[in-house]
Amino acid sequence: MEDLTLLKIELYKKMLLIRRFEEKIRQVYSAQDMKTPVHLCIGQEAIAAGVCINLRKTDYMVTNHRGHGHCLAKGSSPKSLLSEYYGRITGCAHGKGGSMHPVDPENGILGTSAIVGGGIPIAVGTALASKLRKDGNITVVFFGDGASEEGTFHESLNFASLKKLPILFVCENNLYATNSNIKSRQPNIDIAKKAQGYGLNGVVIDGNNVMDVYNAAKSAIEMLRDGQSPSLIEYKTYRWFGHVGPDYDHEKGLRGEEELKVWLRQCPLKSFVDQLLKDNILTLQQIDEMDNEMDETLNDAISYAKSQPYPDISELYKDLFYEGAI
Amino acid sequence: MPWTRVNIDEVSARDFLNKEGLRGISYKEAIREAQHQLLSNNKDVFLLGEGIDDKGGVFGTTKGLCDIFGSERVMDLPIAENGLTGIAIGSAIAGMKPIFIHMRMDFLPMAMDQIVNHAAKWFYMTGGRVNVPLVIRSIIGRGWGSAAQHSQALHSMFLSIPGLRIVVPSTPYDAKGLLIEAVNDGNPVIFVEHRWIYDYIGYVPEEMYTVKFGKGIIRKHGNHVTLVAISMMVYEAMKAAKILESQGIDVEVIDPVTIKPMDEELIFDSIKKTGRLVIADVACKTGGVGAEIACRAVEKVFNFLKAPIKRINFPDFPTPCSPVLESAYYPNHNDICSCIKELIDGK
Repeated sequence: MEDLTLLKIELYKKMLLIRRFEEKIRQVYSAQDMKTPVHLCIGQEAIAAGVCINLRKTDYMVTNHRGHGHCLAKGSSPKSLLSEYYGRITGCAHGKGGSMHPVDPENGILGTSAIVGGGIPIAVGTALASKLRKDGNITVVFFGDGASEEGTFHESLNFASLKKLPILFVCENNLYATNSNIKSRQPNIDIAKKAQGYGLNGVVIDGNNVMDVYNAAKSAIEMLRDGQSPSLIEYKTYRWFGHVGPDYDHEKGLRGEEELKVWLRQCPLKSFVDQLLKDNILTLQQIDEMDNEMDETLNDAISYAKSQPYPDISELYKDLFYEGAI
Repeated sequence: MPWTRVNIDEVSARDFLNKEGLRGISYKEAIREAQHQLLSNNKDVFLLGEGIDDKGGVFGTTKGLCDIFGSERVMDLPIAENGLTGIAIGSAIAGMKPIFIHMRMDFLPMAMDQIVNHAAKWFYMTGGRVNVPLVIRSIIGRGWGSAAQHSQALHSMFLSIPGLRIVVPSTPYDAKGLLIEAVNDGNPVIFVEHRWIYDYIGYVPEEMYTVKFGKGIIRKHGNHVTLVAISMMVYEAMKAAKILESQGIDVEVIDPVTIKPMDEELIFDSIKKTGRLVIADVACKTGGVGAEIACRAVEKVFNFLKAPIKRINFPDFPTPCSPVLESAYYPNHNDICSCIKELIDGK
């Protein structure tokens, strides 16, 4: 198969993993034994998949409270993440972090902040380290439209531009900060324009079209690897479910159902599957098989996570300070 | 021991150093020397801060280092304390050892989110997988009408944040050894310096050495009262102890050196001997480190206390500007003397 075909199948697999992973959490959440606040990214899968497929294992990736998809796309294991959400000792943060604080150093995820905008400067810092150490890595940081209102966003853009750091800022503009629409929070200016004001490349892309997502990220990342200026890509998208938890917002009267319906028609997976079928890249049967396989993998991961031991109470008092000092 | 000695004036410092044939440098030179040696010995160490490459070099503490090591390792910054603290944290988790320098401690509140929510929590939150070797140098200002926003000592604000070290060196020897230890430690360290003791001279070895955290020092032995003094107050405490000695009051002066971790055993042992506790700090009283030390003493050695615990602090007001108000604001050795005399007299 040609490279582009393989790439498209890989992209689809990544998106499918994220979608099914989040759906699985929705299914099990009502049992109330996954005791961690979950911020689902259903509806936004194309961005995580399309960006991260351009990254090397050693590249740094900084996510946020809505980070399940980013970690999966970067290569984190569903077992390690789910064990963490179930508060088990074998979770990626040994049961200390939960859903909002994933960590996976082997895949370039050095920890996660759940303070809005908090991870952006930290990502600039890993990019600074790459520049100072000349390690050839780049950093990608994901954040939402809400984070672009924080001071750290502006301070980070200024510094990254000033020092020409190898960093790609990815804004997933899903129109909402918790339940506040962007119209009540910002003047009607593209977030990408703000990046341009700091001398970065800033572009606006449809975040629900995975090939557009991929191509924009690819060209921005190639520029970084080539030592050129950092970029910000603003991907327009929509969060299908509540800010936190497994429910739809319209069921609670928080957002209108009409608005959701418009975005459901732009489902990033559905539109991509249609394209793959049309282009004869995958058959319906293959898609079904991939679906079943994914379901099995994730059922296994859930069973695995739930079978893992909880931390011993003594763990509460560990990991306050690093003790391996020279 | 020459390395635990506090010299309360330059003449006595010079006399002592000459007599013992020891090398003496100032507190600020000790800090500069530590950074110079750290930069020379570890390629991952770098300094960052607003104006640190200025000719003056942060009151002399970074003077000339940019010329030697270049602007990538002695990095001037935009004015963005919180963002740049995050950037320093990011560089630290990716293997660098940043020393972030603030000319005034008053600027740390702007970086509270990154210090409190990020640096302090990171190692724990990642289940011990990613540590943050970050040193934050901050300088307490005083005098010449510095007023409310350029003279605060905010070390106690960080006491209730698990995951931070808080270091309050009073001597040139400790300043150098603690700064090297802070960089080696691998955890976020709030390093608190006092501008008014920058020119104080003391014994400092030329080679690199470390002073361990959590180990206090008895600066003067005594039997009547335990006087715990923080940072610059160590000097006022030593002056007071000398005056009180001539009046037959024998003061034990303890410098905790680091307030987090705190060498509480050293303080408790002293209280068991003296039965009296006074704490002198360079900050406002309420919720301060003095309150913490007093509370721990009550919890652990209550039965040994013969008198109420006393605290010497700034009033619970912002620092005023006028020289008249400013001089009334800052307690000194005379205030310590009166406080201890009242305590001994049972007033």
